[in-house]
Amino acid sequence: MAEFTVTKRDGTRETLEGVDGWRLMELLRDYKTGIEGICGGQLDCASCHIYVDPDWVDRLPAPRDDEEAKLDELPTWEENSRLSCQIIWGEELDGLAVTVAPD
Amino acid sequence: MSPAEFVSPLQSQETDVLIVGAGPVGLFAVFELGLLGLKARLIDTLDRPGGQCAELYPEKPIYDIPGLPSVSGQELTDRLMEQAAPFEPEFRFNQRVEGLSKRADGRFQIVTDAGEVHVAPVVFIAAGAGSFTPRKPKVAGLEPYEGKSLFYAVRKRSDFEGRDLVIVGGGDSALDWTLDLLPSVKSLTLVHRRDKFRAAPHSVAAMEQAVADGRMKFVMGELDSLAGENGALSAVTIRNKAEVTTIEADRLLTFFGLNIELGPIADWALDLEDGKQITVDTEKFQTSTPGIFAIGDINHYPGKLKLILSGFHEGALAAQEAFRIARPDEKLRFQYTTSSSELQKRLKVA
Repeated sequence: MAEFTVTKRDGTRETLEGVDGWRLMELLRDYKTGIEGICGGQLDCASCHIYVDPDWVDRLPAPRDDEEAKLDELPTWEENSRLSCQIIWGEELDGLAVTVAPD
Repeated sequence: MSPAEFVSPLQSQETDVLIVGAGPVGLFAVFELGLLGLKARLIDTLDRPGGQCAELYPEKPIYDIPGLPSVSGQELTDRLMEQAAPFEPEFRFNQRVEGLSKRADGRFQIVTDAGEVHVAPVVFIAAGAGSFTPRKPKVAGLEPYEGKSLFYAVRKRSDFEGRDLVIVGGGDSALDWTLDLLPSVKSLTLVHRRDKFRAAPHSVAAMEQAVADGRMKFVMGELDSLAGENGALSAVTIRNKAEVTTIEADRLLTFFGLNIELGPIADWALDLEDGKQITVDTEKFQTSTPGIFAIGDINHYPGKLKLILSGFHEGALAAQEAFRIARPDEKLRFQYTTSSSELQKRLKVA
């Protein structure tokens, strides 16, 4: 069973079960981790911003141009920033660790 | 009557229902209220109707509007405007609602950031995910500079004439204003986190040419700190990994796009779910304050789905109760548009 760990804005950590084919944003929203995902995953709102554990940055598919463009709008951008709506859950992500970015 | 409550007839603008938010749900509420003979006025922070549909995805097709197999955000907005038109809604754009209070006469009073005062017996909050506001840089101590030497938009070009200007951002706003203001400033430095820009290619080419000609500078990195006194900026520092660059500047413009936040509505003493959604009942979609309703994405109730079609239904039911409050001496008559000559007159088709 593939799981991921999320650090929420209040600093608490939770390990949660993934669902194959779901966007990570949808999982984070469903588990009420503080991710809103206002636009539903069409790269319009950037409200699903996360930081990926440095060990995992290169193990994820690289962001597409349109994700990079949306990341440009975030004053809280860091080298390991991603929009979680662009990460599709699968068994290979077992052990992924992410942090919910500040509002 | 307390001084805060006194409003001269000139300032006071009355209507039946004040709708906060001119997105699809607010627009359809105009229609449902109009059928019942109620007038509505809509207030929105954006400069046009449509809310998220117009601001976030005007070109993208929506497939789950009943009867419209595929419709773009802009087209849906246009059609809702057409449907609401017979009821002559009034719009107040570019205004954010600030205060809401109840008057001694039982009606509500809304004050906007433009200083307008609106009075009505009923308020519909159809504010979606909240209001669009510029994202601010995540740098400590911005407030003293805001509106003096730090700006999130260009209101007056004269604010920047003859100045040492730093612009932060990589999109069209950042590039367009870079090229627009370049001839009138003393110096200009564009700052962006990477050397790729999402702005229109011809703007990027013009900017790169200006850099090559020595007319402006480009620095890759992120805004790290501001230096100055009493709101007068003297320099900014830019961080690129371990490297920090100081740029002398007395004006700073940042373009990080728009954030959506609940804003002053959070302070209206309404019951909230998770601090973000307004709790309502599912009979009238009324909030914890009678006379104030919440419809569309902003509300919460068991089973809530954030769909446009849910907001349409919620507006129709809220309109029924709005009628009872606004017209306490009249009886609410349920009629169909297909058969009622009264409704057809209101729709201006009969």
